[in-house]
Amino acid sequence: MSINLKRSNAPVFWLLFGAGGMLSALVGPVLVFITGIGVPLGLLLPENTLSYTHVHALAHSWIGALFLFAVVALFFWHAGHRIYHSLHDLGLHPGAGAKLVCYGVPLLATLIAVYALASMGYS
Amino acid sequence: MNTPAGNGRRPYMRSMQGWWRRNTFYVEYMIHEATALFVAAYAVVLLVGLVRLSQGQAAWNAWLAALRSPGSVVFHVLVLAAISYHAWTWFQIMPRTLPPVMLKGKRLSAAAITRSGLAAAAIVTLMVFFLVRGLWA
Amino acid sequence: MARPEMQQDTEMPDSGKTIVMDVLRYRPEQDDRPVLQSYEVPFSDDMSVLQGLQYIKDYLDGSLSFRWSCRMAICGSCGMMINGRPQLACKTFLRDIYPEHVRVEALAHFPIERDLVIVMDDFIEKLESIKPYIIEKQPRPLAEGEYLQTPAERDLYEQFSSCINCMLCYAACPQYGLNPKFLGPGIIALLHRYNLDSRDAGAEQRKPLVNSEDGVYNCTAVGFCSEVCPKLVDPANAVNVNKMEAAKDYFLRLVRPRGGGK
Ligand code: SF4
Ligand code: FES
Repeated sequence: MSINLKRSNAPVFWLLFGAGGMLSALVGPVLVFITGIGVPLGLLLPENTLSYTHVHALAHSWIGALFLFAVVALFFWHAGHRIYHSLHDLGLHPGAGAKLVCYGVPLLATLIAVYALASMGYS
Repeated sequence: MNTPAGNGRRPYMRSMQGWWRRNTFYVEYMIHEATALFVAAYAVVLLVGLVRLSQGQAAWNAWLAALRSPGSVVFHVLVLAAISYHAWTWFQIMPRTLPPVMLKGKRLSAAAITRSGLAAAAIVTLMVFFLVRGLWA
Repeated sequence: MARPEMQQDTEMPDSGKTIVMDVLRYRPEQDDRPVLQSYEVPFSDDMSVLQGLQYIKDYLDGSLSFRWSCRMAICGSCGMMINGRPQLACKTFLRDIYPEHVRVEALAHFPIERDLVIVMDDFIEKLESIKPYIIEKQPRPLAEGEYLQTPAERDLYEQFSSCINCMLCYAACPQYGLNPKFLGPGIIALLHRYNLDSRDAGAEQRKPLVNSEDGVYNCTAVGFCSEVCPKLVDPANAVNVNKMEAAKDYFLRLVRPRGGGK
């Protein structure tokens, strides 16, 4: 063994992974329930909960936009980092291609989210 | 490593093939890591929703309609199970990842840290739920 | 093979009970790969797995090789895989496994030198690399007397100072198995122990190891290392706390003037 002292760039991705992991642990279940089960089935929630006016107003306020952005972007970064490590765990020796997909998709998703939110403007 | 060194030494390196099946601790680890696939899938759903929202009312309503399909509901039930399991395991590991948390000069136990995490998740869940319901009902 | 002329490590137990021990043998001069060999070992309730192995060596097969010394869970030399889990052979009792077979293998993730003996050069090299001793801020003349440390200051690192270098955590860590360049749990726990010590000023010198590509970020918080540690060191905690430290250092260096670090 020779001891490698090259500084790792992992802190960037690890922080994004951790932030996304924490956010998805805190709000993930309730969001999935609201958007994927409660509203579609009219279960516990009024049908107009996710009406265009409501959600557009939310995305239009800076705090709402920030929340939506954080959820979408950080969920992607969390999942990408974890999946990348799982490939390594499975002995699949993820190369540059896997890295590009696992971190490139979150980057792309982040940009798309910014674009979508910005195009709605803030109030 | 498995070559004769001329001194009779021939250290044998075992394979890591299938290591994660070797005990239940590893199997559980792989399952909780796999929840990332569901988090990724849900992130895609939300990103599509955000884009549809920015495209106007008709696009948004089409997204809502897609969420009402039976396939989508079944899918979200699975995502809910996976992401809840992620939350549960996330807070189980939390005591191992935090520096000592001191409370009145005493170190908070691992169980207490896990419980605080789960309690925080429960509070946030109720807050978001009633905020959404109350504000827009 | 009995060694009548020598003092034997074990006495013949007369409880009448026997247990089967399946031991992974590897004799580099004759075996292509490790093979399991079974021994039927008479045992009494006070016998550890280590004593079972000693019985085999004394009475059944003198060619079996394994490491041990203290027989009391403090020297850290008898770590092995016992029924698939890294454990100290002297701290694991045959009565708790009976009537199952005991499967004993060399510590996972390390090269096998012979039978239950592993090659630990990698661990030793890493141990030296972290400077596992107190590095003083400045040389302290004897006249100044001893260092004073409050109980609170000691509590910070005490748990991490309990490590006995048994390497069980390395055998529990799949990330070390997958990438043996990873510094690994036990060494990082020891590094953390010195960094936390109020008498020590060596953290800056140890930082490059923590921050490096072979450092803390190889860990994916599996946590099995802390489960198997016989001394409740919680190496996973040391590794993960140092991820935060490394992240701070990563970003702070960007705002710190060059060479201006403390
Ligand atoms: S941290 Fe625990 S398991 Fe690891 S070498 Fe030290 S005593 Fe052994
Ligand atoms: S013989 Fe010393 S720890 Fe087991």
